[in-house]
Amino acid sequence: MYDVIERRMIVPNLHELTVRAPEVAESIRPGQFVIVRPDELGERIPLSVADWDRQAGTVTSIFMQVGGSTARLARLKPGEFIPTYAGPLGKPTLIDNFGTVLCVGGCYGIGSIYPIARALKKARNRVYAFLEARAAYLLYWEEKLAETSDGVFVVTRDGTKGRKGHIDRMPAMMEEAGITPNLVIVNGCTFLLMRTSELTKPLGWKTTVSMNPIMIDGTGMCGVCRLSVSGKMKFACVDGPDFDGHEIDWPEFLARRKSYNLEEIDPLRRSSAATHF
Amino acid sequence: MAEEKPAKRILDVKRRPMPKQDHLERIKNFDEVALGYPIETAVEEASRCLDCKNPLCQQGCPVGIDIPGFIRHIVGREFAAGIRKIKQTNALPAICGRVCPQEEQCEKMCVVGKKGDPLAIGRLERFLADWEAASGKLEMPEKASKTGKKVAIVGAGPAGVTVANDLLILGHDVTIFEALHECGGVLVYGIPEFRLPKAIVQREVDYVQRLGARIRMDFIVGTTKTVDRLLEEYDALFAGAGAGLPWFMDIPGENLNGVYSANEYLTRVNLMKGYRFPEYGTPVKRRSRVAVVGGGNVAMDSARTAIRLGADEVHLVYRRSRTELPARAEEAENAEEEGVIFNLLTLPVRLIGDETGWLKEMECLEMTLGEPDDSGRRKPIPIEGSNFRMPVDAVVIAIGNSPNPLLPMTTPGLEVNRKGGIVTDPATARTSKARVWAGGDVVRGAATVISAMGDGRIAAASIHQYLTGQT
Repeated sequence: MYDVIERRMIVPNLHELTVRAPEVAESIRPGQFVIVRPDELGERIPLSVADWDRQAGTVTSIFMQVGGSTARLARLKPGEFIPTYAGPLGKPTLIDNFGTVLCVGGCYGIGSIYPIARALKKARNRVYAFLEARAAYLLYWEEKLAETSDGVFVVTRDGTKGRKGHIDRMPAMMEEAGITPNLVIVNGCTFLLMRTSELTKPLGWKTTVSMNPIMIDGTGMCGVCRLSVSGKMKFACVDGPDFDGHEIDWPEFLARRKSYNLEEIDPLRRSSAATHF
Repeated sequence: MAEEKPAKRILDVKRRPMPKQDHLERIKNFDEVALGYPIETAVEEASRCLDCKNPLCQQGCPVGIDIPGFIRHIVGREFAAGIRKIKQTNALPAICGRVCPQEEQCEKMCVVGKKGDPLAIGRLERFLADWEAASGKLEMPEKASKTGKKVAIVGAGPAGVTVANDLLILGHDVTIFEALHECGGVLVYGIPEFRLPKAIVQREVDYVQRLGARIRMDFIVGTTKTVDRLLEEYDALFAGAGAGLPWFMDIPGENLNGVYSANEYLTRVNLMKGYRFPEYGTPVKRRSRVAVVGGGNVAMDSARTAIRLGADEVHLVYRRSRTELPARAEEAENAEEEGVIFNLLTLPVRLIGDETGWLKEMECLEMTLGEPDDSGRRKPIPIEGSNFRMPVDAVVIAIGNSPNPLLPMTTPGLEVNRKGGIVTDPATARTSKARVWAGGDVVRGAATVISAMGDGRIAAASIHQYLTGQT
């Protein structure tokens, strides 16, 4: 059992979950994830890690409430327990001196890109953060990211903060700022990962995306997290989660990502009345 | 003197049948199919044993159980003594009695089998283990005095549990590190409830805990802590991390929705209890036309699981003929009885999806058998132009898997072979890394529970020798 230290909604529908797991806290590195089970009957779901405190032995994730399991996580209170918190899993994001690195984050990925930006800064890169959200009220951790980077760019769909628009504005904004990244790292929803990769490909900007498929064991056994990279079958849990965004079969990945959409929301139904999709 | 010789017995050639759940009933539940011998049946079956002076059956057992010894106790109705005899060499009799391929091992060697049905050794082993559990009087073995040596075991599957059992009895201190949230490894995520009830696995895990094993769950050796870190705290380490990534056929369409590896399909149902979704949180798709590709026990387990999930039609697609099926005959019979349709001499060549990325058809080729290949089985050869399509909405690929990659990936100095298995010395189970032993599927890929246990037994003996300074 793992103690829940903190669980709060930081912006609508996105929750910050801090759990005491000293061994995970000691070993975790940027870009890795944990497998969490919300309760004894619950499914195993992967959560990207957004921060940790080795001294306190705690690990923090930002997650979005989408289905039954995340709804249960979203109801946790400090002082409660969760039965499974296993990790770290996946290969850490490669940290090196690349020169200039653009860290793109959206949704839960604003959280998980933070330790990556921090490590890259420490490795003496010029680090820029690029955050995407639907509106200003959905942004978080801008100050934390400002501290670990040389500049923060923001786009919002409705223009309530930063530039109005979505990730498609990014190349023009970089040009305007005179930034040509040697590497782009993207964390967030599948659409953001795919769209950023599509935008950077013609520009020849090397792009690493943190893939977020469905997983069960997360330890290289079940094979559900497979995807096609450069036409080869890869497994996100042990070969990734980071892959070259220009080499991924995105339509296939999107279809696989959606395969349990109906089941995901099934536990949220409050009556047996027909639901509309 | 002739009078003192026991009268020559008439050979009882007929094996006593195993009582089973009726097939029409059992396809609607996940309860155990084989119900076990009642006492009288067990004694009758045991009485068929010739009690050979040179028991060949024992040579057929990977862990060398004194088979005539425990059978004799059943005949004499000394069941407590019988189970004690088995436990001298086998820590998991309730499990082995159920899932060992006895027809390939002990029973294959049985002398009675030359004239009639071989003795049902596996069923009798199961009988004693179940008798002990039902009696509620679990006997604990004598333990040697504490040696003060500490051993880390990676994985609470059949290999790891065997090593733990043996080393605890020898007085060593044992900690098992398990990556999943339940102990048992393939016994809980792979083998279905209807073939091996999870309560039985739990019973055996409880037993090693009572013997003194400490168990750390959710602990992924390699990433939570590395092997090198553990070797700072422990005198020796046994790697029994189990199976790894499933094999696919490398044909178009394998990433379509509706295509599962057997590992995924069975894990959703067995470990995660997907058949009880939404009470349990992990969903499993209930599809109507399911094809399982492969011919081993895992393929049979997958097909029989699909039947129980309510599929209208379940096909088992295998590229050779019935004779070459690697599954146990008993499991193939059970599958057929339950309505699984066998498409033999059939090879999938392409999986075809609809416009939303969901599987709808499987294209196959008909095969014929040629000359025997390296494996000694006749090689399947495609019949040109025989392509045909099967409408399917789920395909489960059960053609094997590689050893788990996590440990070798994170452990410098641990040599692996071309297939990703940790290299060991078969006589000692030692790896290329000092103070590290390995066994089971992490070495062999996809093998059997009993071979993992056999590896565990060898490793435990070698670890004991090392810890007590005999090597």
